[in-house]
Parts: sequence; C-alpha cells; structure tokens
Amino acid sequence: MQFPDNLRYTKEHEWVLLEGQTATIGITDFAQSELGDIVYVEIETVGKPLSAEAVFGTVEAVKTVSDLFLPLAGTVTVVNPALENEPELVNSDPYGEGWMVKMTVDNPADFEGLMTAEAYKALVG
Amino acid sequence: MIKTTPFTEMHIALGAKMAPFAGYNMPISYSGINEEHQAVRTSAGVFDVSHMGEFMVKGEQALDLIQRVTSNDASKLGAGQAQYSCLPNDQGGIVDDLLVYCLEPGKTYMLVVNAANIEKDWNWISAHNTNGAELINISDKTALLAIQGPNATKILQPLTEVDILNLKYYTFVKGSFAGVEKVVISATGYTGAGGIEIYFEGTEANAKKIWDAIFAAGASSGIKPVGLGARDTLRLEMGYCLYGNDIDDTTSPLEAGLGWVTKFTKAFTARAIFEKQKAEGVKRKLVGFEMVDKGIPRHDYVITDKDGKAIGKVTSGTQSPSLQKAIGLGYVEMPFAALDTPIWISVRDKQLQAKVVKAPFV
Repeated sequence: MQFPDNLRYTKEHEWVLLEGQTATIGITDFAQSELGDIVYVEIETVGKPLSAEAVFGTVEAVKTVSDLFLPLAGTVTVVNPALENEPELVNSDPYGEGWMVKMTVDNPADFEGLMTAEAYKALVG
Repeated sequence: MIKTTPFTEMHIALGAKMAPFAGYNMPISYSGINEEHQAVRTSAGVFDVSHMGEFMVKGEQALDLIQRVTSNDASKLGAGQAQYSCLPNDQGGIVDDLLVYCLEPGKTYMLVVNAANIEKDWNWISAHNTNGAELINISDKTALLAIQGPNATKILQPLTEVDILNLKYYTFVKGSFAGVEKVVISATGYTGAGGIEIYFEGTEANAKKIWDAIFAAGASSGIKPVGLGARDTLRLEMGYCLYGNDIDDTTSPLEAGLGWVTKFTKAFTARAIFEKQKAEGVKRKLVGFEMVDKGIPRHDYVITDKDGKAIGKVTSGTQSPSLQKAIGLGYVEMPFAALDTPIWISVRDKQLQAKVVKAPFV
C-alpha cells in the first residue's frame, strides 16, 4: 500500500497535492482497494464554491457507491477527463492518472491542517 | 461468534477481502470482482459456498412433506434429479428459494437453502412436518464448492471416475472426487456459465484435498477463486433472483417470474392465492432493465414514470462486467412491464432513464 510523503490526507480517504493556489484531489490507495473495481465517477460540482468536507461527487464501484468529500474549501475547476471512459484508472494508479479533480483553494494554509502520510498510514494501518 | 467454513483459513491466506455474510466470515473478492467475473465467463472459477444450508428429508412421509411446503412438483423427480423451487408462506410470499435433490424417489431428499434463512426454513418446515418425516439439518458439517465456467467440467474430469462431462443440467451423481468419498456432484450453479457444484463432508482434511486438487488441475486453464461479489454480478447478468433482494416474504413467485416453479398439480402452502393471481393477473412484476442514461441502479432506488410518479423499486443493480453497462432488476406496476418500456430510476437527486429489457442480460 502506497502513502506518498508529498501528499496530505483526510479521514475520508482523499489525498491532496498542493501547488500554489491549486490542489489536485484523488482517493487513496487504501480507498480504491476497499471499494474494489471502480466503474463510474460522477462529479458535477465544477465552478461551485464549496466548503471543506462538502460532498463534491460520488464514486461507484461494482458493489457500492461512496460520496467524495472535498478536503479543503474552494472551487473545483477541472474533472479528470480520462475517468469518463477509464474509471478503472482510480484502481490502477490512484495517485497518478487516477486523480479526480483540480480545485482552487480558498486558503492554502488549510493544507497544513490535513493529515500527513505518516498520520494517515497510522489511521488505516 | 462469527462462523467459518472449512475453507476460511485458505481464503485469508490467499489475501481475500473477507466480510461477514449471513453470519459467516466469507470471501467477497480475491483479485477483483471484474477479473473473477471474467474468469468464470471465459474459463473457470471456484466459489466456496459452504455457508449454504442443507437439510435431509427421509422416510415414507418425505415426499408428502416436500410437496406440501414447496411450490414446484417434487413428485416428478427421479433419483439423481434436482429442481429449483420455493417455500411459499401463508400470505403468498416466499420464505426462501431452494433446490430439491432426489436421492431416492419418495424416500430420501436433500434441500439446499440460503445461508441467511437456515433457521427460518428449519422452523417453517419442522412446523409443517405433521406426519413424521425424518428431518436432519446437515448444514454445519456439509461443505459446498461451486466450480463454474465453460472449462470447469473439462478441468475437473480427471479428478473423478464419474462422467461429469456428460452430466445433464440439474442432475447429480454421488462418487469419489479428488480422493474424497461420497461427494454429491451436481450439474447446477448460480452463474449461467456451466459447471458443477460439489457437496461433501466438510472436514478440514477433505476441504484441503479437494481445493488443492482443483487448483492444480486448473492451473494451466487460469482457474481462479471467486468471491461473493462476482457471484452476485454473475447471477444478476442471468436475471437469477437473490433472496432478500429480489424475492422475500412479501413477494409472490408469480410476481417474481417464478411461475415455472409454481405447479398446481398438488396441494401446497398458499396454492389458492397463487391460482387467483394466475387467473386475475398480478399487479406488479419483476423485470430486467438497463440504464439509458449514465448511472448505476442500486437496491431500493425508486422507479418512476416520466413524470416522476413512483411505479416500483429496484431490487438489484450493478455495472455488468460482461456488458460494460448498468443493469438491474426491479418490480414495476404491470403497465410498465412490457419490453422496451421507458422507466426512470431515482439515483440520488436525479431521474435517470432506463428501459425494460429481457433477462438474462447476457
């Protein structure tokens, strides 16, 4: 199981990569493994200002459906277009090609309040 | 305390994702539902379904009891034949669905019931056992593996003297299998992919012997262990009912499309109710549907007409691994049950269009 050090994590099993004002969000290796084969990612909140922990979409696996929670307050700007036809990228490369959205973060300092790789690993370990 | 099967330790050692199901610690998936599903459709897969319940019914009154509590006509069964059937309740709902195996006509039968219903079925059948048939619950000591897929019988034939390549659908034989004696080898299953199911005394030694022999024989054919996740997607592609989802204490076999196992050739529980339903027609029907809009139907989602008026409920739904589209089963009011009828599924805050299609889906 992978827990890249450059990312921050949430208890809802999302990861965050921060570059300036822009954050990239996905679900963790642990989350994809728990969900199993992912068949559909539905995100229809582009352009809507959302608070931290708001539901910004849903991910459907063969057996289950699960909400996606925004780790930081801000606005989703882009949904990963590859997921439309290849949602299984979330399983095969959760921290890479399986990223879900990019967002503009209201307050980049909030990033520091998220879990470190070490803390997240302890949570799911 | 959670129950185990003789294979539980093997599933854990294989790294299966385990979860409680009907009180048993069961494998949900090993390598992933889609991959396991494809293995069964294209070659062969092995399911541990030892959690299922088995009752022996014996004696001069055995057939009489089975005839009174089940909907199908068990008097038609010769030795070595099995049939799918229902246990109706007094209100015309379904206590459980089951398989009836005839070992000796009139005298010796095995009933195979759903794991979640073992106690309920036992109590129900016992309460109707007024003429003294001998009833024995052998669930805890009986192991059951389903080996399913187009290559299953070819892979397994070297493990037994019994001719399984030519075993007819819904027939069975008793023989030795992988060096284990008295194995019931049955040409049945819940996948529509062909193959067999084997019942045997569930000791750890027998379980290990049989499991290892099957995987050794199937290694070159890509045989895979398959969990309950793919068992569900496989049965749903065939439109097979799952008790607790598609049928339950409140659904009639006729509504569920199980008229073919409801035979008015004998007296049985709720027969008069079913005869009336058959004569007057049912008000709702279990139908197959596929999504037209993008989205996945799930158990209990509301089905509506185009104006948003509720006309039924989804009972099962998934993304079909074989078809790569979303499919489901659900009850709809009769005017919406015809093929190609547009219906709408309430998925979270949206109405997504679907259409009624014929099951099996594959």
